[in-house]
Amino acid sequence: MYSQFVDTGVERMRCAEELPELERAFQDKIDSDIKIEPKDWMPEAYRQTLVRQISQHAHSEIVGMLPEGNWLTRAPSLRRKLILLAKVQDEAGHGLYLYSAAETLGASREALIEALHAGKAKYSSIFNYPTLSWADVGAIGWLVDGAALINQIPLCRCSYGPYARAMVRICKEESFHQRQGYEIMLALCAGSAVQKRMAQDALDRWWWPSLMMFGPPDAESIHTQQAMRWKIKRHTNDELRQKFVDQSVPQADYLELTLPDPALKRNEQTGHYDFGAIDWSEFWSVLKGDGPCNRQRIATRRQAYDEGRWVREAALAYGAKQDRRRAEFS
Amino acid sequence: MNRQQALFEYLLRLGDNALILGQRLTEWIGHAPALEEEMGSANIALDLIGQARGWLAYAGTVEGAGRDEDDLAFQRDVMNFRNVLLVEQPNGHYGDTIARQYLFDAFHYPLLTALSACTDQSIAGIAAKASKEAAYHRRRSAEWVIRLGDGTAESHAKLQQSFDTLWPYTGELFALDEVDHTLRRTGVAADLTAVRREWHEHVTRTLAGATLVPPQEGWMQSGGKQGRHSEQLGYVLAEMQFLPRAYRDARW
Amino acid sequence: MQDWPLWEVFIRSRRGLAHKHVGSLHACDAPMALANARDIYTRRSEGVSIWVVRSTDIIASAPGDKPILFDPSEDKVYRHPTFYEIPDEVDNL
Ligand SMILES: [Fe+2]
Ligand SMILES: [Fe+2]
Repeated sequence: MYSQFVDTGVERMRCAEELPELERAFQDKIDSDIKIEPKDWMPEAYRQTLVRQISQHAHSEIVGMLPEGNWLTRAPSLRRKLILLAKVQDEAGHGLYLYSAAETLGASREALIEALHAGKAKYSSIFNYPTLSWADVGAIGWLVDGAALINQIPLCRCSYGPYARAMVRICKEESFHQRQGYEIMLALCAGSAVQKRMAQDALDRWWWPSLMMFGPPDAESIHTQQAMRWKIKRHTNDELRQKFVDQSVPQADYLELTLPDPALKRNEQTGHYDFGAIDWSEFWSVLKGDGPCNRQRIATRRQAYDEGRWVREAALAYGAKQDRRRAEFS
Repeated sequence: MNRQQALFEYLLRLGDNALILGQRLTEWIGHAPALEEEMGSANIALDLIGQARGWLAYAGTVEGAGRDEDDLAFQRDVMNFRNVLLVEQPNGHYGDTIARQYLFDAFHYPLLTALSACTDQSIAGIAAKASKEAAYHRRRSAEWVIRLGDGTAESHAKLQQSFDTLWPYTGELFALDEVDHTLRRTGVAADLTAVRREWHEHVTRTLAGATLVPPQEGWMQSGGKQGRHSEQLGYVLAEMQFLPRAYRDARW
Repeated sequence: MQDWPLWEVFIRSRRGLAHKHVGSLHACDAPMALANARDIYTRRSEGVSIWVVRSTDIIASAPGDKPILFDPSEDKVYRHPTFYEIPDEVDNL
């Protein structure tokens, strides 16, 4: 998802008796749904995994501003411009809440951002695809924010207090993102033939990458088992993906758009939709940096950060002067 | 020029100032120097574009030709825009943006305050709401001017340069023409001399707090309010208006 | 370069309610911390008043002190009204 592949640093699951006493007490707390707070004792692996997961999530929000941000200056009406601006602003806020949550674990925002810019940190593969038409803004809101919401709602109950609280705030704000995207699609599909084609084209390009957002199948993975035991992940990737497909099919039907998957079919036995095979080689290559926009996205972020350095330095210097002046005064 | 024509022009000036500056600010989104600044500049852009909707919708009503806010925003060419040249100037570096914003905010707030007492109830209503927003904008941009002016040697030099470059665009803010004269008679237009006084006081105080030197008074640019713009505006409009112009009858 | 200092943000959501911790942010000085708090944490009319405090100025109790600080109050049940048995017929108590 926004953190598609998180290494827990764990090689083997241990049973309760194997855990040292502190760690057993920690796991007991989690098992009885007691939240972990910043100053509590926690296993180093838990802390590091969380920093990794939360910062990947934060990076995704920030990089995720860029594809839609492309269209801020070109939104086709003042109403749409305001909506999109409020939406992209929310994503900046989400990044900020999440970096703050990571900071409660002892990480510094500066260091996390530098890791992103150095290509050492991951972020969601989805934001490495280009936004080519206005319909892409609709498709992103509908599918990408829709998928994000499916993943994020369970995280509101995750074991780490600051992360859970950030997710509650984020999910509350997210609730309009998907709707505004779908509304754009509705307008396009009710519009001219050209607009409808634009909508279909966007769906064709965003559907498979949206399914990849949930990450590779991970039910067997040791990292998933560990993350679930720590309650920082609450469902497997495939469970969430299935939920997303099931909810999207009728939504696409209503728009009279065709999902680009000939194998998509309702399975009468399970009540779910079966869907075609995902091209995981594409996913891995995008995640490793070889997607259509990976290099541009990072270059854009790095440029903004570098060009803003003198501003941040000036503000810091001014703040220090103010502190000194106040100290001299009192 | 009759009263209705003057009113239409006046509303376009108010609306286009807010729209073009809001549009310029959205160019920063995703590229601001800090995450906190993304949030702040987005809020200001949201305020300004929201205000533009109010002014332009009312302009359309006054005109009576069936044009709505979007027709006015997306279907006019450069010569029909009535914003001051200051707001269409490019973003430059963050100091340029802050200086432009502050010089405008220091004008915008007293202007809107004056207009909240306008005899035209629709103008008074929009202005009363917008002046609260503008009060915050002015406070925020003034604080930034002081931070950058009194920050590091580098930021000080940069910001001084920004003010020197933008200064010739400030004269136009207070220039009166037939539109103002026509509307002043009925108590609609704001008294720009009083607005100028407050602007000048505030700017002098802020520049002093920022350890910046007030730029030399001299030749001033003009023309934006009458539709004679700088080369910059064409590019702004080309980008902003692309979709409604490429797909003439589409609804979005 | 170091980050701007970290601040904790407390918001009063309605008159009559106490300020509640809502999150944190970075700012170089107090006015900026207030402005940023407003721009980040009150975008949906969440507040009527803001407090910002430098995170380093907050003195927190240690989680390990829970037994000595908070456990001793657990058996002082007589501090709670439900501890007392009053006949049903007696009103206004
Ligand atoms: Fe988000
Ligand atoms: Fe979102």
